[in-house]
Amino acid sequence: MLETKGFKAYRAVVLVVLGLFVTIPLYVMVTSSLKPLKDVQGAFTWWPSNLTIAPFIDMWKTVPLARYFVNSTIVSVVATLLSVALAILAAFAVSRFKFRGRTVFTTTVLSTQMFPGVLFLLPLFLIFVNINNQFGLQLVGTRLGLIITYLTFSLPFSIWMLAGYFDSIPRELDEAALVDGCGPMGALWRVVLPAARPGVIAVAIYSFMTAWGEVLFASVMTTEANRTLSVGLRQYSTQTNIYWNQIMAAALVVSIPVVIGFLLAQRHFVAGVTAGAVK
Amino acid sequence: MSVATHEATPAATKPPARKSKPEIRPGLSRWLPYALVAPAVLMELVIHIIPMLVGIWMSFVKLTKFFIANWSAAPSAGINNYKVALDFDNAVGEGLLKSFGVTLIFSLVTVALSWVLGMAAAVALQPTFRGRSLVRTLFLVPYALPAYAGILTWNFMLQRDTGAVNHVLTQLGADDKPFWLIGSNALFSLITVATWKLWTFAFLTLMAGLQSIPRDQYEAAAVDGAGNLRQWRNITLPALRPVNLVLVLVLFLWTFSDFNTPYVLFGTAQPPAGDLITFHIYNASFLTWNFGSGAAMSVLLLIFLMIVTGIYLFVTGRKTRRA
Repeated sequence: MLETKGFKAYRAVVLVVLGLFVTIPLYVMVTSSLKPLKDVQGAFTWWPSNLTIAPFIDMWKTVPLARYFVNSTIVSVVATLLSVALAILAAFAVSRFKFRGRTVFTTTVLSTQMFPGVLFLLPLFLIFVNINNQFGLQLVGTRLGLIITYLTFSLPFSIWMLAGYFDSIPRELDEAALVDGCGPMGALWRVVLPAARPGVIAVAIYSFMTAWGEVLFASVMTTEANRTLSVGLRQYSTQTNIYWNQIMAAALVVSIPVVIGFLLAQRHFVAGVTAGAVK
Repeated sequence: MSVATHEATPAATKPPARKSKPEIRPGLSRWLPYALVAPAVLMELVIHIIPMLVGIWMSFVKLTKFFIANWSAAPSAGINNYKVALDFDNAVGEGLLKSFGVTLIFSLVTVALSWVLGMAAAVALQPTFRGRSLVRTLFLVPYALPAYAGILTWNFMLQRDTGAVNHVLTQLGADDKPFWLIGSNALFSLITVATWKLWTFAFLTLMAGLQSIPRDQYEAAAVDGAGNLRQWRNITLPALRPVNLVLVLVLFLWTFSDFNTPYVLFGTAQPPAGDLITFHIYNASFLTWNFGSGAAMSVLLLIFLMIVTGIYLFVTGRKTRRA
């Protein structure tokens, strides 16, 4: 790329236009969360003239936000841990062993990522309902049901990404570990995993983001008891009022952990996506 | 006690290891890989594969609310669910066809916009400059944000009387305040919100792809007198081809089955102009509790996406071989 005047002008235009496109909603989110209710119910203003942090306090009372928070946290953390563990094992097999059905496995798993969620939403819902009737194991309306569902959502991409990561780790390292008396699992644990740490972190963040932001299944599989944030935030719209300032405050608060996590690990994430995309 | 030995791959080169074939060694390595993939396979079976097969079965039975708790008693419907869904003269089929049309426009425009914006930004950020990583981080925020948080903010901005969008329009001299979330503008709103979120994924992927293009290619082209536009056409685009092929397909499959955007933007009262297909099937199933009909529509959606993917891979694959 030549940094000509023309290119600099092009860059300036792109940065300003896209910068505004990205920033304006973020700005509206932050400033509206600092306005009293009457100000978000009247005409829009760019600057909050009556600055208040009341929405951040009231939002916990208007709806049981704390409970949604706990539900989302438990579901997302457990789903992430399980998903990453399963992905590590499967990716190690794909990367380090030749076995019959390996190609079938990788293509099938990857193609499930492409299926529209609504396709298995209805059947899964029915299966869960019938499991409850037959065996008394309640999966609709419980965290367990959400956990086992969400952990599979990120699994295909995680396996793909981690297998790519493992491939880039020289096998001499495994072999050295084997010579030292480790089994294959020892080599995975002591050599491959530490070397693939950035990949594992990226995959964990991806899994967490997937579970934390899921809406479709949450809208069907949750009742008041296990409601997660993604559908819980709708409760701020009551028949009499829409608490936009509290909605924005809550949206901001639930976003902060994932945004920070993602931005901290973005480098690993980019590397992981490339490893996958280049193949 | 051995894993398959393999020629050492230098860490610097691209990882080709999965394509080359490690040797099979007897003993542990015979069953160990199966044990390793077993948990993942089990979960995929339970949550994806079996429900999909059940979904296909469901599309052939009359699964109304009376049979939900006792589905084995549901009477067979033959291909009736499909007939109804594809009979474009009756209300159900007509609704599905309209929703399909809306979704097609929505995804084509959203994918095109997202790709163009992502490419524009990735190229703009290709040479280093001060503040580059800051800009990059800012651009990634919409992707990092939970989908519903971003869409809720847009929902607020698109409100007729209290939203930022109409406020800006009024300041620019518009006479009346249009509705954005009901009526014919709904499609426009959907495209804007979906693009806001999706373009940054295109940006992320393309930016990663750009990093793998060696700098000296550009330098050589510059010596030959090629300007930026020609460098982009002759070096950047061809080098990004494999990335683009995957990216465009993934973007299309995602947007075509987008549920979050219409659901969070419109709630259950979907305007006809914003009635995306996943949302349409969802409402058709859970408002009427007619799961057989919803399942038939889902299967039709899957068949459509598979045909599109197949044609896409065939056409792009043939072009690649010829090139």
